Amino acid sequence: MIELTVNGIKRQVDVVPEMPLLWVLRDELGITSPKYGCGVAQCGACTVQIEGMAVRACQAHIGEIAGKSVVTLEGLEKRDQHPVLQAWIEHQVPQCGYCQTGQIMQAISLLDLISQPTDEDINEVMSGNLCRCGTYPRIRAAIHAAAAKKMAEK
Amino acid sequence: MGELQRLSRRAFVFGSAAVAGGVVFGSYGDAAQAATDSDNPLSAGLGPNSASFNPWVEISPDKITLIAQHADIGQGVGSIQPIMIAEEMDLDPGQFEVRFAGPSPAYFNTGFADEFAPFVAADQSPAAEEARAKTLEWLRQSGLQMTGGSSTLPDTYEKLRVAGAVARETLKAAAAKRSGVAVADLRTQSGHVILPNGTKIAYVDLSADAARIPPVLDAKPRDPSKWRLLGKPMMRLDIRAKVMGELKFGIDLKTDGMLYASVKLNPGKGQPLKSYDASKARAMPGVRKILEIKNGVAVIATNSWYAMKAVDAIACEWAASAYPAEQADHWSVLESSFKPEFLGKEWRKIGDIEAGLKTGRLVEAEYRAPYVAHQPLEPLNGIGLVTDKGMDIWVSHQSPRFVQYVAATAIGLKPEQVTFHNQWAGGSFGHRLEYENVRVLAEIANQMKGTPIKLVFSREEDFLQDIPRQIAIARHRGSVDKSTIVAADLQLASTTPLKGLLERSGTPSKDPDGQLAAGLWNVYYDIPNFRATSYEAQGLSPSTTWRSVGASTSGFFTESFIDELIHAAGLDPMQARIAMCTVPHYRKVLETVAEMSDWKGPLGNGRGRGVAFVESFGTPTAEVVEVTKTERGIRIDKVWIAVDVGKVVDPVNFENQVQGGVIWGLGHAINCELTYAKGAVQQTNYNHHEAMRIYQCPVIEVRGLENDPKVRGVGEPPVPPAAPALANAIFAATGLRIREMPFNKFIDFV
Repeated sequence: MIELTVNGIKRQVDVVPEMPLLWVLRDELGITSPKYGCGVAQCGACTVQIEGMAVRACQAHIGEIAGKSVVTLEGLEKRDQHPVLQAWIEHQVPQCGYCQTGQIMQAISLLDLISQPTDEDINEVMSGNLCRCGTYPRIRAAIHAAAAKKMAEK
Repeated sequence: MGELQRLSRRAFVFGSAAVAGGVVFGSYGDAAQAATDSDNPLSAGLGPNSASFNPWVEISPDKITLIAQHADIGQGVGSIQPIMIAEEMDLDPGQFEVRFAGPSPAYFNTGFADEFAPFVAADQSPAAEEARAKTLEWLRQSGLQMTGGSSTLPDTYEKLRVAGAVARETLKAAAAKRSGVAVADLRTQSGHVILPNGTKIAYVDLSADAARIPPVLDAKPRDPSKWRLLGKPMMRLDIRAKVMGELKFGIDLKTDGMLYASVKLNPGKGQPLKSYDASKARAMPGVRKILEIKNGVAVIATNSWYAMKAVDAIACEWAASAYPAEQADHWSVLESSFKPEFLGKEWRKIGDIEAGLKTGRLVEAEYRAPYVAHQPLEPLNGIGLVTDKGMDIWVSHQSPRFVQYVAATAIGLKPEQVTFHNQWAGGSFGHRLEYENVRVLAEIANQMKGTPIKLVFSREEDFLQDIPRQIAIARHRGSVDKSTIVAADLQLASTTPLKGLLERSGTPSKDPDGQLAAGLWNVYYDIPNFRATSYEAQGLSPSTTWRSVGASTSGFFTESFIDELIHAAGLDPMQARIAMCTVPHYRKVLETVAEMSDWKGPLGNGRGRGVAFVESFGTPTAEVVEVTKTERGIRIDKVWIAVDVGKVVDPVNFENQVQGGVIWGLGHAINCELTYAKGAVQQTNYNHHEAMRIYQCPVIEVRGLENDPKVRGVGEPPVPPAAPALANAIFAATGLRIREMPFNKFIDFV
């Protein structure tokens, strides 16, 4: 049994230690906002936070994160009022929406690092998150809007 | 499948000219008939005291359900289709549930009428309209239920509003009967019928009464000037659930007692497995079973990852592919396909092409477009359960009735024994018109009878089995006399995407592939001597429809070549196109993009602009791309795009779709190709086939025009002009004329 904390709740899973966190979340724990897109850290659709850091869940072996705290989009604090999620809704970013939970988790991490990112900052930090539908113009706009909102709230 | 085969024989009398898009606009009466004349598939599932007036509206005592007829592959069907009904019913978002349509001929796609009729989209002559009306009748008889060809709005714009109006008027009639008030004195608002004294009766409270009266079939939809929701910025119904991570895609579903499967199939597409060694896989964690299927192996395990790891450990020996093993030989076959025996069709001939080519200066150029992959981010998947009665399949797919056919055929059932449950898709771009996951899932679930099986393709397997976009070579010739383009002779050799799809759908056609005419024959410039000819290469990789299909390659060939002719004539690329354009409202699209981009000729200083205009699926689209030559390569700075769709019904989503189409067109033109080696594609993940990431994404300014007399789709039309506009811009900035995709083989990009 491997024990970890997911979205504030202690969970135990009976799997091999090499199993990626992504599949533990999806298939063993039924948490589906982290998506399988590539399995090799090329798309970012599985992005979650481990100990507060944005990580590709397909690359994190469950054995190595025993005892650690994992937060997925479902477990974000005050999710309904979260400025990044609000901006994503206001700008109607998604098309198919499959990559968007990963995009959002990465954008939250970006804004934690850089409170007022430029387009260049966004390009740099968000380039690991692939969107096949082509929502990039709206992702940029939503990140700027969320940054402005966070600034205004301070 | 008899009915669908009849479609294949009859609709393709016209040469399967799947070229132009749009809907045949009958009278409201015709549309109302379309909404009610087929057996209503909702009737069978109705509970007590519930009413359904047509295949799109269901009212029970506790809720209102609106049917999204098409598949939602990210284009917003699950929102705009119910909202078109809700507009007419005076329902507000939140007052109804949305369900995807099941398989039924009632959901035949009227939007294909234009595509299948042998006339270019701009031809609105009586002869063209008559041919479209005939095609519509054939579509009605065949019950072709398919999402594709940018047809979701052309198909449903009128019939769903009629369906909503019928529901509204029937509810009013029920309220009139109950209250004794004349229908003329009743009005509707927010899900209620309102009596003159202010009394409100909720629609759901009228369901039992409404079920007992005949639907009011002569109901008319409102004039767009009366719209509350449509035509104005609105919130797509699926946005919040997608942002909150709450929307369940097909891959997110789970049922009790379910086991997980993953597969390894012959990468030489369609060929069998010769032998395999699963001894290593059998001992791996979580593995329950190893199955041999028609063209590969499957592992059943306790989760997807165990299944993928184990299937990866199976050593397989495959039969050789039926197409050439090496990519160079694919190109050779194409090169030798410009011969009479491979003639698809001479689609159009104007003037005297041979004499025209001998006038003035001859310009010749060869263009190439490679195989490319679809690769939506959600990989192929599905859940299947086979019992003694038949099969249930939960999968996202664009052709519900063909899913029934393919699954049933794979395991010896009748199509009606397959119950199909459509799912939200994490993208498609043409991928979910094909059947690899459906066929394989049926085989696996049949061997695991009684156990629900969830199949997930690994990304690598998805790439290997992805039936690619067509590969093509164009050999174009033209002539220029002083400042006039005298002739254009457009010739193309290509694999056949639509023919291939039809064959795999169980409705083979021997007629020329109409998609090879798309972007080739529908050229609207005043060129006195013109010819467009397709050749169909034989024996190459199967290919299929990829966002914008034939026009995705021919748009690049044609509009690059037109640009070469314009430069040879010493003209301005924008002014020359505007001057040559023969269709007034298409010319307006070009004038609009010229105005948006403030086009004033060459920019200089390593900067360049290119323009391209392509009509695909009936939607005229013009794009200007601006690039800068930097030390690190070409940087795409900005794109302006004007699109005439007749009516913009959802402006926010319209902009999102158009921007997405531009990004799709640019990204794949720059970065993507699939190449075969030893019979398998060499690109098996996104690092090999990247398309566009955010760092390359330009600013994209969008304008929708509403001059076309028909309502047109917009999912695909922004794609075809993107590549030629970029190539033309690179030429303007650098003098380098790129005639082959992907462009990064010839020039670096920032």
